[in-house]
Amino acid sequence: MNAPLRFHPRTPDSTYADLVQDGAVDPALYTDPQIFDVEMDKIFMKTWVWVAHVSELPKAGDFRSTFVGRNPVIVVRDRQNNIHVLENRCRHRGATVCEKTKGNATGFTCPYHSWSYGLDGKLRGLPYADGYENVIEKSDLPLKSLKVGVYAGMIFASYNEEIEPLEDFLGNAKHWIDLFMKQGAGFPIKTQGEHKFSFKGNWKIQLENTTDGYHFPVVHKTFLQSVDDETSEMLSFMTDEESITRSLGNGHSVMVMVPEHVDLDVDDGTEQLQERFAHVIKALSKDYPPEQVRRIVRSLHGAGFNLNLFPNVAMSMSFFRVLRPVSVDETEIRHVALGMDGGPEIANRERMRIHEHFQGPFGFGSPDDAEAWERVQSGARAGRDVPILVNRGLNREWQDQNGDKVSHSTDETGMRGAYAMWKRMMSK
Amino acid sequence: MTTVNIPTADLTTPLGRAIAFIWQEAELLDRKDYEAWGALWADDGYYIVPIDPDATDFAATLNYAYDDARMRRLRIDRFASGFSMSAADSATTVRTVSRFALANTDGDEVEIRSAQLLAAYKRGTTTLFAGNLTHRVRFTADGPRLVQKVIRLVNSQDALNALGFLL
Repeated sequence: MNAPLRFHPRTPDSTYADLVQDGAVDPALYTDPQIFDVEMDKIFMKTWVWVAHVSELPKAGDFRSTFVGRNPVIVVRDRQNNIHVLENRCRHRGATVCEKTKGNATGFTCPYHSWSYGLDGKLRGLPYADGYENVIEKSDLPLKSLKVGVYAGMIFASYNEEIEPLEDFLGNAKHWIDLFMKQGAGFPIKTQGEHKFSFKGNWKIQLENTTDGYHFPVVHKTFLQSVDDETSEMLSFMTDEESITRSLGNGHSVMVMVPEHVDLDVDDGTEQLQERFAHVIKALSKDYPPEQVRRIVRSLHGAGFNLNLFPNVAMSMSFFRVLRPVSVDETEIRHVALGMDGGPEIANRERMRIHEHFQGPFGFGSPDDAEAWERVQSGARAGRDVPILVNRGLNREWQDQNGDKVSHSTDETGMRGAYAMWKRMMSK
Repeated sequence: MTTVNIPTADLTTPLGRAIAFIWQEAELLDRKDYEAWGALWADDGYYIVPIDPDATDFAATLNYAYDDARMRRLRIDRFASGFSMSAADSATTVRTVSRFALANTDGDEVEIRSAQLLAAYKRGTTTLFAGNLTHRVRFTADGPRLVQKVIRLVNSQDALNALGFLL
Protein backbone atom coordinates (compact mmCIF):
# COMPACT_ATOMS: atom_id res chain seq x y z
CA MET A 1 0.00 0.00 0.00
CA ASN A 2 1.42 3.35 -1.02
CA ALA A 3 0.99 6.50 1.00
CA PRO A 4 -1.29 9.08 -0.59
CA LEU A 5 0.50 11.93 -2.29
CA ARG A 6 1.98 14.40 0.14
CA PHE A 7 3.62 17.41 -1.40
CA HIS A 8 5.44 20.12 0.46
CA PRO A 9 5.33 23.35 -1.54
CA ARG A 10 8.40 25.51 -1.86
CA THR A 11 9.17 27.92 0.98
CA PRO A 12 11.91 30.54 1.26
CA ASP A 13 13.96 27.94 3.16
CA SER A 14 13.60 25.17 0.56
CA THR A 15 16.80 23.79 -0.88
CA TYR A 16 16.91 22.66 -4.52
CA ALA A 17 16.82 19.07 -3.27
CA ASP A 18 13.54 19.78 -1.47
CA LEU A 19 11.87 20.57 -4.79
CA VAL A 20 12.09 16.96 -5.97
CA GLN A 21 9.94 14.79 -3.74
CA ASP A 22 8.65 11.24 -3.96
CA GLY A 23 6.96 11.07 -7.38
CA ALA A 24 6.30 14.81 -7.46
CA VAL A 25 8.36 17.82 -8.47
CA ASP A 26 7.84 21.49 -7.85
CA PRO A 27 6.64 23.43 -10.94
CA ALA A 28 9.39 25.98 -10.22
CA LEU A 29 11.71 23.48 -11.93
CA TYR A 30 10.10 24.54 -15.22
CA THR A 31 9.60 28.22 -14.55
CA ASP A 32 12.24 29.72 -12.23
CA PRO A 33 15.04 31.47 -14.19
CA GLN A 34 17.33 31.28 -11.17
CA ILE A 35 17.00 27.50 -10.99
CA PHE A 36 17.82 27.40 -14.71
CA ASP A 37 21.04 29.35 -14.11
CA VAL A 38 22.06 26.98 -11.32
CA GLU A 39 21.24 23.95 -13.52
CA MET A 40 23.62 25.27 -16.18
CA ASP A 41 26.42 25.45 -13.58
CA LYS A 42 25.70 22.35 -11.52
CA ILE A 43 24.55 20.01 -14.29
CA PHE A 44 25.63 21.13 -17.76
CA MET A 45 29.05 22.43 -16.64
CA LYS A 46 29.68 19.39 -14.43
CA THR A 47 28.61 16.27 -16.29
CA TRP A 48 29.22 14.59 -19.65
CA VAL A 49 27.24 16.33 -22.38
CA TRP A 50 26.77 14.73 -25.82
CA VAL A 51 28.23 16.89 -28.60
CA ALA A 52 28.45 14.85 -31.83
CA HIS A 53 28.64 11.45 -33.49
CA VAL A 54 31.96 10.32 -35.00
CA SER A 55 30.38 9.95 -38.45
CA GLU A 56 30.00 13.74 -38.52
CA LEU A 57 33.81 14.10 -38.44
CA PRO A 58 35.24 11.41 -40.72
CA LYS A 59 38.34 13.35 -41.90
CA ALA A 60 41.04 15.56 -40.38
CA GLY A 61 39.78 19.14 -40.22
CA ASP A 62 36.10 18.14 -40.12
CA PHE A 63 34.23 20.07 -37.49
CA ARG A 64 30.79 20.86 -36.22
CA SER A 65 29.82 23.66 -33.88
CA THR A 66 27.38 23.06 -31.07
CA PHE A 67 26.77 23.92 -27.42
CA VAL A 68 27.57 22.57 -23.99
CA GLY A 69 24.84 24.12 -21.87
CA ARG A 70 24.84 27.73 -23.04
CA ASN A 71 28.45 27.72 -24.17
CA PRO A 72 29.28 27.57 -27.87
CA VAL A 73 31.86 24.88 -28.66
CA ILE A 74 33.50 23.34 -31.73
CA VAL A 75 33.96 19.58 -32.09
CA VAL A 76 36.88 18.96 -34.44
CA ARG A 77 39.17 16.18 -35.65
CA ASP A 78 42.87 17.14 -35.89
CA ARG A 79 45.59 15.80 -38.18
CA GLN A 80 46.65 13.22 -35.59
CA ASN A 81 43.07 11.90 -35.62
CA ASN A 82 42.33 13.20 -32.12
CA ILE A 83 38.90 14.67 -31.43
CA HIS A 84 38.93 18.00 -29.60
CA VAL A 85 36.06 19.93 -28.12
CA LEU A 86 37.08 23.60 -28.00
CA GLU A 87 35.30 26.61 -26.65
CA ASN A 88 34.15 28.71 -29.61
CA ARG A 89 35.58 31.87 -28.11
CA CYS A 90 38.71 33.80 -29.04
CA ARG A 91 41.12 34.22 -26.14
CA HIS A 92 41.64 37.88 -27.04
CA ARG A 93 38.29 39.66 -26.81
CA GLY A 94 35.80 36.83 -26.81
CA ALA A 95 34.41 36.67 -30.37
CA THR A 96 33.34 33.31 -31.76
CA VAL A 97 35.98 31.91 -34.12
CA CYS A 98 33.53 29.76 -36.12
CA GLU A 99 29.99 30.58 -37.22
CA LYS A 100 29.44 27.58 -39.49
CA THR A 101 27.44 24.62 -38.19
CA LYS A 102 29.74 22.14 -39.90
CA GLY A 103 32.51 21.96 -42.44
CA ASN A 104 36.20 21.29 -42.94
CA ALA A 105 38.92 23.71 -41.86
CA THR A 106 42.68 23.93 -41.48
CA GLY A 107 42.20 26.00 -38.33
CA PHE A 108 40.04 28.74 -36.87
CA THR A 109 40.72 32.45 -37.26
CA CYS A 110 38.98 35.10 -35.25
CA PRO A 111 37.38 37.65 -37.61
CA TYR A 112 38.02 40.55 -35.24
CA HIS A 113 41.86 40.78 -35.02
CA SER A 114 42.88 37.61 -36.89
CA TRP A 115 44.17 35.57 -34.01
CA SER A 116 44.45 32.11 -35.54
CA TYR A 117 44.17 28.73 -33.85
CA GLY A 118 45.10 25.22 -34.93
CA LEU A 119 42.69 22.28 -35.08
CA ASP A 120 43.97 21.32 -31.62
CA GLY A 121 43.08 24.79 -30.32
CA LYS A 122 46.68 26.06 -30.00
CA LEU A 123 47.17 29.76 -30.72
CA ARG A 124 49.31 29.75 -33.87
CA GLY A 125 49.55 33.37 -34.83
CA LEU A 126 48.45 36.92 -34.25
CA PRO A 127 49.16 40.01 -36.34
CA TYR A 128 51.53 42.82 -35.29
CA ALA A 129 52.98 40.72 -32.52
CA ASP A 130 55.35 43.48 -31.33
CA GLY A 131 52.68 44.84 -29.00
CA TYR A 132 52.66 41.50 -27.18
CA GLU A 133 56.40 40.99 -26.67
CA ASN A 134 56.93 40.19 -22.99
CA VAL A 135 53.18 40.57 -22.51
CA ILE A 136 51.81 37.13 -23.42
CA GLU A 137 53.06 33.67 -24.33
CA LYS A 138 51.09 32.17 -27.18
CA SER A 139 51.30 28.78 -25.51
CA ASP A 140 49.28 30.19 -22.59
CA LEU A 141 46.35 31.12 -24.79
CA PRO A 142 44.87 28.14 -26.63
CA LEU A 143 41.11 27.91 -27.20
CA LYS A 144 39.80 26.46 -23.98
CA SER A 145 39.62 22.72 -24.32
CA LEU A 146 37.03 20.40 -22.77
CA LYS A 147 37.52 16.84 -21.62
CA VAL A 148 36.41 14.41 -24.35
CA GLY A 149 35.01 10.89 -24.06
CA VAL A 150 33.84 8.60 -26.85
CA TYR A 151 31.73 5.48 -26.49
CA ALA A 152 30.44 3.51 -29.49
CA GLY A 153 30.88 6.56 -31.72
CA MET A 154 29.00 8.87 -29.35
CA ILE A 155 31.19 11.89 -28.51
CA PHE A 156 30.69 13.52 -25.13
CA ALA A 157 32.47 16.51 -23.60
CA SER A 158 32.77 17.89 -20.10
CA TYR A 159 33.97 21.09 -18.48
CA ASN A 160 34.63 19.08 -15.33
CA GLU A 161 38.26 17.90 -15.25
CA GLU A 162 37.49 15.74 -12.19
CA ILE A 163 34.59 13.91 -13.82
CA GLU A 164 34.34 10.13 -13.64
CA PRO A 165 35.31 8.19 -16.79
CA LEU A 166 32.59 8.28 -19.48
CA GLU A 167 32.10 4.52 -19.31
CA ASP A 168 31.40 4.70 -15.56
CA PHE A 169 28.96 7.55 -16.11
CA LEU A 170 27.09 5.57 -18.78
CA GLY A 171 27.11 2.41 -16.62
CA ASN A 172 24.15 0.16 -17.39
CA ALA A 173 23.25 2.37 -20.37
CA LYS A 174 26.28 1.02 -22.33
CA HIS A 175 24.54 -2.29 -22.96
CA TRP A 176 21.61 -0.42 -24.56
CA ILE A 177 23.90 1.81 -26.62
CA ASP A 178 25.47 -1.35 -28.04
CA LEU A 179 22.02 -2.76 -28.82
CA PHE A 180 20.97 0.54 -30.45
CA MET A 181 23.93 0.49 -32.84
CA LYS A 182 22.83 -2.91 -34.21
CA GLN A 183 20.33 -1.12 -36.45
CA GLY A 184 23.29 -0.58 -38.78
CA ALA A 185 22.65 -4.23 -39.80
CA GLY A 186 26.38 -4.88 -40.04
CA PHE A 187 27.27 -1.38 -41.28
CA PRO A 188 28.50 1.41 -39.01
CA ILE A 189 25.87 4.01 -38.10
CA LYS A 190 26.12 7.40 -39.78
CA THR A 191 24.13 10.59 -39.37
CA GLN A 192 22.19 11.70 -42.46
CA GLY A 193 20.76 15.13 -41.82
CA GLU A 194 18.74 16.58 -38.99
CA HIS A 195 15.56 18.42 -38.14
CA LYS A 196 15.91 21.32 -35.75
CA PHE A 197 13.03 22.96 -33.98
CA SER A 198 12.38 24.90 -30.81
CA PHE A 199 9.54 25.08 -28.35
CA LYS A 200 8.63 27.55 -25.64
CA GLY A 201 9.23 25.34 -22.66
CA ASN A 202 11.78 24.07 -20.18
CA TRP A 203 14.37 21.48 -21.25
CA LYS A 204 13.22 18.92 -18.68
CA ILE A 205 9.78 18.72 -20.31
CA GLN A 206 11.56 17.31 -23.36
CA LEU A 207 13.86 15.13 -21.24
CA GLU A 208 10.78 13.51 -19.66
CA ASN A 209 9.01 12.99 -22.97
CA THR A 210 11.48 10.48 -24.39
CA THR A 211 10.71 8.15 -21.50
CA ASP A 212 6.95 8.87 -21.56
CA GLY A 213 5.14 5.91 -23.10
CA TYR A 214 1.87 7.09 -21.60
CA HIS A 215 1.39 9.99 -24.05
CA PHE A 216 2.00 8.05 -27.22
CA PRO A 217 -1.51 6.86 -28.25
CA VAL A 218 -3.04 10.16 -27.14
CA VAL A 219 -0.71 12.76 -28.62
CA HIS A 220 0.24 10.67 -31.64
CA LYS A 221 -3.19 9.39 -32.59
CA THR A 222 -3.04 11.02 -36.03
CA PHE A 223 0.43 9.61 -36.63
CA LEU A 224 -0.80 6.11 -35.78
CA GLN A 225 -3.78 6.61 -38.09
CA SER A 226 -1.41 7.56 -40.90
CA VAL A 227 0.74 4.41 -40.82
CA ASP A 228 -0.05 0.90 -42.01
CA ASP A 229 -1.59 -1.63 -39.66
CA GLU A 230 1.70 -3.44 -39.06
CA THR A 231 3.45 -0.28 -37.87
CA SER A 232 0.49 0.68 -35.76
CA GLU A 233 0.46 -2.82 -34.23
CA MET A 234 4.24 -2.64 -33.67
CA LEU A 235 3.74 0.52 -31.61
CA SER A 236 0.79 -0.76 -29.60
CA PHE A 237 2.72 -1.32 -26.41
CA MET A 238 0.22 0.17 -23.96
CA THR A 239 -1.00 -3.17 -22.68
CA ASP A 240 2.02 -5.29 -23.63
CA GLU A 241 3.59 -6.65 -20.45
CA GLU A 242 6.95 -7.13 -22.13
CA SER A 243 7.03 -3.44 -22.90
CA ILE A 244 8.97 -2.15 -19.92
CA THR A 245 10.96 0.85 -18.81
CA ARG A 246 14.20 0.70 -16.86
CA SER A 247 15.85 3.38 -14.80
CA LEU A 248 19.53 2.64 -15.47
CA GLY A 249 21.20 4.89 -12.89
CA ASN A 250 22.82 8.37 -13.22
CA GLY A 251 19.54 9.66 -14.65
CA HIS A 252 19.64 7.40 -17.72
CA SER A 253 16.65 5.27 -18.65
CA VAL A 254 15.34 3.07 -21.42
CA MET A 255 11.75 2.53 -22.55
CA VAL A 256 11.06 -0.58 -24.61
CA MET A 257 8.26 -0.10 -27.13
CA VAL A 258 8.92 -2.99 -29.51
CA PRO A 259 10.23 -5.93 -27.42
CA GLU A 260 10.95 -8.08 -30.51
CA HIS A 261 13.30 -5.37 -31.83
CA VAL A 262 15.37 -4.86 -28.67
CA ASP A 263 18.18 -7.02 -30.07
CA LEU A 264 17.99 -6.83 -33.86
CA ASP A 265 20.44 -9.73 -34.18
CA VAL A 266 17.81 -12.03 -32.71
CA ASP A 267 15.22 -13.11 -35.27
CA ASP A 268 13.03 -16.14 -34.75
CA GLY A 269 11.73 -15.78 -38.30
CA THR A 270 8.08 -15.36 -37.32
CA GLU A 271 7.92 -11.63 -38.01
CA GLN A 272 6.32 -10.73 -41.33
CA LEU A 273 8.23 -7.96 -43.10
CA GLN A 274 5.98 -5.00 -43.71
CA GLU A 275 4.20 -4.86 -47.06
CA ARG A 276 4.94 -1.14 -47.42
CA PHE A 277 8.65 -1.99 -47.74
CA ALA A 278 8.05 -4.36 -50.69
CA HIS A 279 9.91 -2.06 -53.11
CA VAL A 280 12.92 -1.92 -50.74
CA ILE A 281 12.94 -5.70 -50.30
CA LYS A 282 12.76 -6.23 -54.06
CA ALA A 283 15.64 -3.84 -54.74
CA LEU A 284 17.85 -5.18 -51.92
CA SER A 285 17.26 -8.77 -52.99
CA LYS A 286 19.29 -8.12 -56.16
CA ASP A 287 22.44 -7.39 -54.12
CA TYR A 288 22.04 -9.15 -50.78
CA PRO A 289 21.19 -12.64 -49.52
CA PRO A 290 17.70 -13.05 -47.98
CA GLU A 291 18.99 -13.06 -44.35
CA GLN A 292 20.76 -9.73 -44.88
CA VAL A 293 17.72 -8.24 -46.64
CA ARG A 294 15.60 -9.28 -43.67
CA ARG A 295 18.15 -7.85 -41.25
CA ILE A 296 18.18 -4.47 -43.01
CA VAL A 297 14.41 -4.23 -43.40
CA ARG A 298 13.74 -5.23 -39.77
CA SER A 299 16.08 -2.37 -38.77
CA LEU A 300 14.40 0.36 -40.85
CA HIS A 301 12.38 1.57 -37.87
CA GLY A 302 15.47 1.40 -35.68
CA ALA A 303 15.85 -0.32 -32.34
CA GLY A 304 12.72 -1.17 -30.36
CA PHE A 305 13.39 1.32 -27.59
CA ASN A 306 14.14 4.89 -26.55
CA LEU A 307 17.36 5.24 -24.54
CA ASN A 308 17.48 8.51 -22.63
CA LEU A 309 20.94 9.67 -21.53
CA PHE A 310 20.97 12.40 -18.89
CA PRO A 311 21.04 15.29 -19.50
CA ASN A 312 20.90 16.04 -23.23
CA VAL A 313 20.72 13.14 -25.67
CA ALA A 314 18.37 10.29 -26.42
CA MET A 315 18.90 7.40 -28.78
CA SER A 316 15.32 7.14 -29.82
CA MET A 317 14.43 4.14 -31.99
CA SER A 318 15.94 5.29 -35.32
CA PHE A 319 17.41 8.72 -34.51
CA PHE A 320 19.26 10.84 -31.96
CA ARG A 321 17.27 13.46 -30.10
CA VAL A 322 19.51 16.21 -28.79
CA LEU A 323 18.23 18.97 -26.56
CA ARG A 324 19.77 22.36 -25.92
CA PRO A 325 18.51 24.47 -23.05
CA VAL A 326 18.24 28.05 -24.34
CA SER A 327 16.51 29.69 -21.39
CA VAL A 328 14.17 28.61 -18.61
CA ASP A 329 11.27 28.59 -21.06
CA GLU A 330 12.91 27.86 -24.40
CA THR A 331 14.51 24.66 -25.65
CA GLU A 332 15.98 23.75 -29.00
CA ILE A 333 15.77 20.17 -30.21
CA ARG A 334 17.60 18.38 -32.98
CA HIS A 335 16.33 15.11 -34.41
CA VAL A 336 19.34 13.58 -36.14
CA ALA A 337 18.48 11.02 -38.83
CA LEU A 338 20.63 7.88 -38.98
CA GLY A 339 21.60 5.52 -41.74
CA MET A 340 24.02 2.74 -42.65
CA ASP A 341 27.48 4.03 -43.53
CA GLY A 342 28.30 2.28 -46.80
CA GLY A 343 24.92 0.56 -46.71
CA PRO A 344 22.34 0.32 -49.51
CA GLU A 345 21.13 3.72 -50.70
CA ILE A 346 17.52 2.63 -51.12
CA ALA A 347 17.31 1.61 -47.46
CA ASN A 348 18.99 4.81 -46.28
CA ARG A 349 16.48 6.83 -48.32
CA GLU A 350 13.61 4.87 -46.83
CA ARG A 351 14.96 5.73 -43.39
CA MET A 352 14.92 9.44 -44.33
CA ARG A 353 11.29 9.16 -45.47
CA ILE A 354 10.36 7.47 -42.17
CA HIS A 355 12.17 10.27 -40.32
CA GLU A 356 10.33 12.98 -42.28
CA HIS A 357 7.01 11.27 -41.54
CA PHE A 358 7.23 11.65 -37.74
CA GLN A 359 9.98 14.14 -36.90
CA GLY A 360 10.64 17.81 -37.17
CA PRO A 361 8.49 20.93 -37.46
CA PHE A 362 6.55 19.43 -40.40
CA GLY A 363 6.36 15.86 -39.11
CA PHE A 364 3.22 13.99 -38.09
CA GLY A 365 4.55 13.56 -34.54
CA SER A 366 6.84 16.36 -33.33
CA PRO A 367 4.40 19.28 -33.78
CA ASP A 368 1.86 17.56 -31.54
CA ASP A 369 4.56 16.87 -28.95
CA ALA A 370 5.66 20.52 -29.07
CA GLU A 371 2.06 21.64 -28.63
CA ALA A 372 1.71 19.47 -25.51
CA TRP A 373 5.03 20.71 -24.07
CA GLU A 374 4.11 24.37 -24.57
CA ARG A 375 0.83 23.69 -22.78
CA VAL A 376 2.85 22.23 -19.88
CA GLN A 377 5.01 25.35 -19.72
CA SER A 378 1.94 27.63 -19.77
CA GLY A 379 -0.01 25.59 -17.25
CA ALA A 380 2.88 25.13 -14.84
CA ARG A 381 2.79 28.85 -14.13
CA ALA A 382 -0.50 28.34 -12.30
CA GLY A 383 -0.51 27.14 -8.70
CA ARG A 384 2.87 27.25 -6.99
CA ASP A 385 1.69 24.70 -4.47
CA VAL A 386 0.52 22.18 -7.06
CA PRO A 387 3.17 19.59 -7.97
CA ILE A 388 4.03 18.06 -11.32
CA LEU A 389 3.31 14.35 -10.91
CA VAL A 390 5.80 11.70 -11.93
CA ASN A 391 4.39 8.92 -9.75
CA ARG A 392 2.76 6.65 -12.32
CA GLY A 393 3.69 3.01 -11.67
CA LEU A 394 5.11 3.50 -8.16
CA ASN A 395 2.75 0.68 -7.18
CA ARG A 396 4.38 -1.85 -9.53
CA GLU A 397 8.01 -0.78 -9.84
CA TRP A 398 10.60 -3.42 -8.91
CA GLN A 399 14.37 -3.64 -8.71
CA ASP A 400 16.36 -5.92 -10.99
CA GLN A 401 19.51 -7.73 -9.83
CA ASN A 402 21.71 -5.29 -11.75
CA GLY A 403 20.21 -2.39 -9.81
CA ASP A 404 17.85 -1.15 -12.56
CA LYS A 405 14.42 -0.06 -11.42
CA VAL A 406 11.87 -1.64 -13.73
CA SER A 407 8.22 -0.99 -14.50
CA HIS A 408 5.81 -0.87 -17.42
CA SER A 409 6.78 1.37 -20.37
CA THR A 410 3.88 3.72 -19.65
CA ASP A 411 5.18 4.31 -16.12
CA GLU A 412 7.21 7.28 -14.98
CA THR A 413 10.13 5.28 -13.61
CA GLY A 414 12.60 6.82 -16.06
CA MET A 415 11.51 10.34 -15.17
CA ARG A 416 11.94 9.58 -11.48
CA GLY A 417 15.46 8.37 -12.26
CA ALA A 418 16.24 11.59 -14.13
CA TYR A 419 14.89 13.72 -11.29
CA ALA A 420 16.88 11.70 -8.74
CA MET A 421 20.01 12.56 -10.74
CA TRP A 422 18.90 16.21 -10.95
CA LYS A 423 18.49 16.22 -7.17
CA ARG A 424 21.91 14.65 -6.63
CA MET A 425 23.69 17.13 -8.88
CA MET A 426 21.79 20.19 -7.66
CA SER A 427 22.61 19.25 -4.03
CA LYS A 428 26.37 19.39 -4.58
CA MET B 1 20.03 56.06 -69.33
CA THR B 2 19.09 52.43 -68.93
CA THR B 3 15.99 51.28 -70.69
CA VAL B 4 13.93 49.02 -68.49
CA ASN B 5 11.69 46.68 -70.37
CA ILE B 6 8.69 45.99 -68.17
CA PRO B 7 6.33 43.39 -69.67
CA THR B 8 2.64 44.17 -69.75
CA ALA B 9 0.71 42.38 -67.03
CA ASP B 10 -1.27 39.80 -68.91
CA LEU B 11 -2.97 36.94 -67.11
CA THR B 12 -3.64 35.12 -70.39
CA THR B 13 0.03 34.26 -71.00
CA PRO B 14 1.43 31.02 -69.49
CA LEU B 15 3.17 33.11 -66.79
CA GLY B 16 -0.04 35.02 -66.13
CA ARG B 17 -2.15 31.86 -65.93
CA ALA B 18 0.35 30.32 -63.54
CA ILE B 19 0.32 33.44 -61.34
CA ALA B 20 -3.46 33.36 -61.09
CA PHE B 21 -3.25 29.68 -60.17
CA ILE B 22 -0.58 30.30 -57.50
CA TRP B 23 -2.67 33.08 -55.98
CA GLN B 24 -5.62 30.72 -55.85
CA GLU B 25 -3.45 28.12 -54.13
CA ALA B 26 -2.27 30.70 -51.56
CA GLU B 27 -5.85 31.65 -50.79
CA LEU B 28 -6.87 28.02 -50.23
CA LEU B 29 -3.93 27.50 -47.88
CA ASP B 30 -4.70 30.59 -45.81
CA ARG B 31 -8.33 29.43 -45.62
CA LYS B 32 -7.03 25.96 -44.64
CA ASP B 33 -9.25 24.41 -47.27
CA TYR B 34 -6.90 21.46 -47.61
CA GLU B 35 -9.34 19.25 -49.56
CA ALA B 36 -9.61 21.87 -52.28
CA TRP B 37 -5.84 22.38 -52.14
CA GLY B 38 -5.29 18.62 -52.56
CA ALA B 39 -7.39 18.73 -55.75
CA LEU B 40 -4.96 21.22 -57.34
CA TRP B 41 -2.30 18.54 -57.59
CA ALA B 42 -1.27 16.20 -60.36
CA ASP B 43 -0.98 12.59 -59.14
CA ASP B 44 2.76 12.57 -59.76
CA GLY B 45 3.30 15.86 -57.92
CA TYR B 46 5.64 16.52 -55.00
CA TYR B 47 5.27 19.07 -52.20
CA ILE B 48 8.75 19.72 -50.81
CA VAL B 49 10.19 21.78 -47.98
CA PRO B 50 13.97 21.23 -48.11
CA ILE B 51 16.37 21.86 -45.23
CA ASP B 52 19.59 22.19 -47.24
CA PRO B 53 19.30 25.41 -49.30
CA ASP B 54 21.41 23.90 -52.08
CA ALA B 55 19.58 20.58 -52.33
CA THR B 56 18.32 19.62 -55.77
CA ASP B 57 18.12 15.81 -55.42
CA PHE B 58 15.39 15.89 -52.79
CA ALA B 59 14.90 12.13 -52.67
CA ALA B 60 18.53 11.70 -51.63
CA THR B 61 18.46 14.25 -48.79
CA LEU B 62 16.54 14.76 -45.59
CA ASN B 63 13.78 17.35 -46.00
CA TYR B 64 11.21 18.87 -43.68
CA ALA B 65 8.53 17.58 -46.03
CA TYR B 66 8.79 15.40 -49.13
CA ASP B 67 5.19 14.55 -49.93
CA ASP B 68 4.06 12.46 -52.85
CA ALA B 69 0.33 11.90 -53.45
CA ARG B 70 0.13 9.34 -50.63
CA MET B 71 1.80 11.57 -48.05
CA ARG B 72 -0.25 14.59 -49.12
CA ARG B 73 -3.42 12.56 -48.63
CA LEU B 74 -2.24 11.45 -45.17
CA ARG B 75 -1.27 15.00 -44.22
CA ILE B 76 -4.66 16.39 -45.29
CA ASP B 77 -6.43 13.62 -43.35
CA ARG B 78 -4.33 14.43 -40.29
CA PHE B 79 -5.18 18.12 -40.45
CA ALA B 80 -8.87 17.33 -40.91
CA SER B 81 -9.11 14.64 -38.22
CA GLY B 82 -9.53 16.95 -35.25
CA PHE B 83 -7.20 14.71 -33.20
CA SER B 84 -3.97 16.55 -33.97
CA MET B 85 -3.68 19.25 -31.35
CA SER B 86 -1.07 21.20 -33.30
CA ALA B 87 -3.44 21.33 -36.30
CA ALA B 88 -6.61 21.85 -34.28
CA ASP B 89 -5.00 24.85 -32.60
CA SER B 90 -2.85 25.97 -35.51
CA ALA B 91 -1.74 29.49 -36.28
CA THR B 92 -3.84 31.84 -38.38
CA THR B 93 -1.86 32.60 -41.52
CA VAL B 94 -1.77 35.47 -43.98
CA ARG B 95 0.54 35.11 -46.95
CA THR B 96 1.43 37.09 -50.02
CA VAL B 97 3.15 35.61 -53.04
CA SER B 98 4.85 37.95 -55.45
CA ARG B 99 8.06 38.71 -57.44
CA PHE B 100 7.06 36.15 -60.06
CA ALA B 101 9.51 35.07 -62.73
CA LEU B 102 9.14 32.52 -65.47
CA ALA B 103 12.07 30.17 -64.91
CA ASN B 104 11.38 27.58 -67.57
CA THR B 105 8.84 26.35 -70.09
CA ASP B 106 8.74 22.69 -71.05
CA GLY B 107 5.86 21.62 -73.29
CA ASP B 108 2.67 22.06 -71.27
CA GLU B 109 4.61 22.77 -68.05
CA VAL B 110 5.96 26.05 -66.69
CA GLU B 111 8.30 26.61 -63.78
CA ILE B 112 7.68 29.80 -61.82
CA ARG B 113 9.93 31.36 -59.19
CA SER B 114 8.39 33.65 -56.62
CA ALA B 115 8.75 35.11 -53.13
CA GLN B 116 6.42 34.29 -50.25
CA LEU B 117 6.00 36.25 -47.03
CA LEU B 118 3.79 34.45 -44.55
CA ALA B 119 2.78 35.76 -41.14
CA ALA B 120 1.56 33.10 -38.71
CA TYR B 121 -0.26 34.26 -35.60
CA LYS B 122 -0.71 32.02 -32.57
CA ARG B 123 -1.13 32.76 -28.87
CA GLY B 124 0.11 36.32 -28.93
CA THR B 125 3.05 35.65 -31.22
CA THR B 126 3.31 36.47 -34.92
CA THR B 127 6.05 34.56 -36.72
CA LEU B 128 7.36 35.44 -40.15
CA PHE B 129 8.09 32.63 -42.60
CA ALA B 130 9.92 34.11 -45.57
CA GLY B 131 10.80 31.85 -48.44
CA ASN B 132 11.55 31.44 -52.10
CA LEU B 133 9.03 29.30 -53.93
CA THR B 134 9.32 27.28 -57.10
CA HIS B 135 6.08 26.02 -58.63
CA ARG B 136 5.92 23.65 -61.57
CA VAL B 137 2.49 23.95 -63.11
CA ARG B 138 1.12 21.68 -65.83
CA PHE B 139 -1.68 22.99 -68.03
CA THR B 140 -4.09 20.14 -68.69
CA ALA B 141 -7.48 19.87 -70.36
CA ASP B 142 -8.97 19.93 -66.84
CA GLY B 143 -7.12 23.11 -65.94
CA PRO B 144 -3.74 23.81 -64.33
CA ARG B 145 -2.27 21.22 -61.94
CA LEU B 146 0.63 21.44 -59.48
CA VAL B 147 3.49 19.12 -60.41
CA GLN B 148 6.01 20.38 -57.89
CA LYS B 149 6.14 23.03 -55.20
CA VAL B 150 9.41 23.70 -53.42
CA ILE B 151 9.47 26.06 -50.45
CA ARG B 152 12.96 27.24 -49.52
CA LEU B 153 12.66 29.06 -46.22
CA VAL B 154 15.38 31.67 -45.72
CA ASN B 155 15.98 30.21 -42.22
CA SER B 156 15.57 26.55 -43.15
CA GLN B 157 18.74 25.58 -41.27
CA ASP B 158 17.74 27.31 -38.04
CA ALA B 159 15.46 25.85 -35.42
CA LEU B 160 11.87 26.41 -36.56
CA ASN B 161 8.76 26.32 -34.45
CA ALA B 162 6.53 23.33 -35.04
CA LEU B 163 3.94 23.97 -37.75
CA GLY B 164 0.32 22.94 -37.83
CA PHE B 165 -0.35 24.40 -41.28
CA LEU B 166 1.09 24.27 -44.79
CA LEU B 167 3.56 26.72 -46.31
